[in-house]
Amino acid sequence: MNIHEYQAKALLKEFGAPVAEGVAIFSADEAAAAADKLGGPLWVVKSQIHAGGRGKGKFKEESAGEKGGVRLAFSKEEVTEFATQMLGSTLVTAQTGEAGKQVNRLYIEDGADIERELYLSLLVDRTCGQVAFVASTEGGMDIEQVAEETPEKILTLPIDPDAGVTAAAAGELCDALKLDGVAREDGLKLFPILYKAFVEKDMSLLEINPLIVMKDGRLRVLDAKCSFDGNALFRHDDVMALRDKTEEDEKEIEASKHDLAYVALDGNIGCMVNGAGLAMATMDIIKLYGAEPANFLDVGGGATTEKVTAAFKIITSDPNVEGILVNIFGGIMRCDVIAQGVLEAVNEVGLQVPLVVRLEGTKVEEGKKIINDSDLNVIPADDLNDAAQKIVAAVKGA
Amino acid sequence: MSIIVNKDTKVIVQGLTGKTGTFHTEQALAYYGTQMVAGVHPKKGGTNWTGNVDGKEVQVPIFATVKEAMEATGANASVVYVPPAGAGAAIIEAIDAGVPFISCITEGIPVADMVKVKARLDKSDSRLLGPNCPGVMTPEECKIGIMPGSIFKKGSVGIVSRSGTLTYEAVFQTTQEGLGQTTAVGIGGDPVKGTEFIDVLDLFLDDDATESIIMIGEIGGSAEEEASEWLKEQAAKGRKKPMVGFIAGRTAPPGRTMGHAGAVISGGKGGAEDKIAAMEDAGIRVSPSPASLGKTLVDLLNGK
Repeated sequence: MNIHEYQAKALLKEFGAPVAEGVAIFSADEAAAAADKLGGPLWVVKSQIHAGGRGKGKFKEESAGEKGGVRLAFSKEEVTEFATQMLGSTLVTAQTGEAGKQVNRLYIEDGADIERELYLSLLVDRTCGQVAFVASTEGGMDIEQVAEETPEKILTLPIDPDAGVTAAAAGELCDALKLDGVAREDGLKLFPILYKAFVEKDMSLLEINPLIVMKDGRLRVLDAKCSFDGNALFRHDDVMALRDKTEEDEKEIEASKHDLAYVALDGNIGCMVNGAGLAMATMDIIKLYGAEPANFLDVGGGATTEKVTAAFKIITSDPNVEGILVNIFGGIMRCDVIAQGVLEAVNEVGLQVPLVVRLEGTKVEEGKKIINDSDLNVIPADDLNDAAQKIVAAVKGA
Repeated sequence: MSIIVNKDTKVIVQGLTGKTGTFHTEQALAYYGTQMVAGVHPKKGGTNWTGNVDGKEVQVPIFATVKEAMEATGANASVVYVPPAGAGAAIIEAIDAGVPFISCITEGIPVADMVKVKARLDKSDSRLLGPNCPGVMTPEECKIGIMPGSIFKKGSVGIVSRSGTLTYEAVFQTTQEGLGQTTAVGIGGDPVKGTEFIDVLDLFLDDDATESIIMIGEIGGSAEEEASEWLKEQAAKGRKKPMVGFIAGRTAPPGRTMGHAGAVISGGKGGAEDKIAAMEDAGIRVSPSPASLGKTLVDLLNGK
């Protein structure tokens, strides 16, 4: 789960990280008061959407002006002017896709005198199974590009969970970021704070790009991107409260309610599969036969009839779907449960498109019997190849 | 022969008394009498679990701790079905009790909990498989986890996979082709886990009965690339077996998590094409379709 920049900064501030003063606003009426509260003389007006590249982004609407999604304002009037232009407009960045994202919130922040921009992030390093810092002097840039072109400028430093951020580790990070004087003192304090926030809040990514050294030598968190481990949200009600559902696909929200892994795609064949690997492979084979999947949907291991019904409803609610492929290889998932779920879903929502069902594995005979004994117009398939060919043929023939 | 588990493996079930634990323990007991010797539940020690195996009532003793269960039964393996919030602690209990082989089936364990598990695991002699994996199975000998027994056949192919259900595809297809399996191992799709590809490949290369290997990876991370590099080094030393590979997620859009916490392409890293190239470079024949794993292997073995 992702949160907005202003929420991430508020959270980091609670842990004692140096962030600028700022005010989040939802309408242009609030802009003047926010600007007054901060005092100036320089304000930064930042679009709050769940996508990066905001500064270099462009608004679709002419009324939003030529400037990008992050703007410097030199007067209170300018703060209000920008807020009026940006709120409600659609920002297109390298990460939003062509459709862009509507800006519904702005963050007005105190401007800073920037001396140097650095890159710092924390993530779980899967090669060693530890939380790791990634640090580079090349801040404000696309870190993947830095990794590609000048990998020697990036330090990856895994942290032993039993020891935490030791003085030696913090020193190593300071060296990599070339911090000295007050900035070094700030750094030695900041790194353990960030690590603590990451672990205590079960984050999956904390990216500070840039972390800045200001003209007075102090460090400041200028931007913050924060994602949380979806599996750990059950123990963080405070984090759950930060969720902004307007940033998420409606079908994906519905899916998450039922604990289904669903990702909307652009094709016309709806897929319901158990297991992420098989779900991806099912998408791959549909494409191999010349069609496009409408979605990724993993019903997971312990699916109930209700869950399967919900999955089926989500798939059929997509107007692009012209055919459905149910592909189940039951291990933990029982084929009879899937079959019952499909039956109930069809009874409830009807079936307007061809449906191919391929069942294999645990309780497969029971599952096939349920489907065969019903009066459903299902095209049965023997194996994955057969299933993919049949659904592609059915959709192309339609 | 086989790897990791065989007919002498004695298994403790952590989380036996739940619905999932009960269902799959019944299935395991019904599968060539896999030795499920004990259950663990902190509050139900001293009682018995009652299951139904082939229409007959079967009892398994419950102990309060893994340590007690090991001492009383001489178990040498455990399988964890404990729900996500408590699964990390259950694995650590098994590590601390000195269980040589632990398999965790539970899906959805917080990554931070697995970081703690991994730190403990690295300082122990235990082997962990998973979490979020289907387990391990040696046909006609031992079934740990949730793989469907009916699709297996004793044979010569070693199977290792990051994806549970694609493990079943590989098993099913090698059975259909008449090759059968020595052992199938699902290492699971989580970013922080115990056993990796290389650990399993090493065992398969050493196992005389394993004549060929199927390895199934997916997008995200770099485990497939690392394993391919390792296989090249081994081949240079003369350790080599015919191998077929597959990578799931060729068509997945970048930047989106595809169900498995690990299955995400970010910034062009961990994409399918890189992985396929690495596998081919290591001499693995990569199947273009998940439906032709078995056929690709048969062709390879026939020199086609």
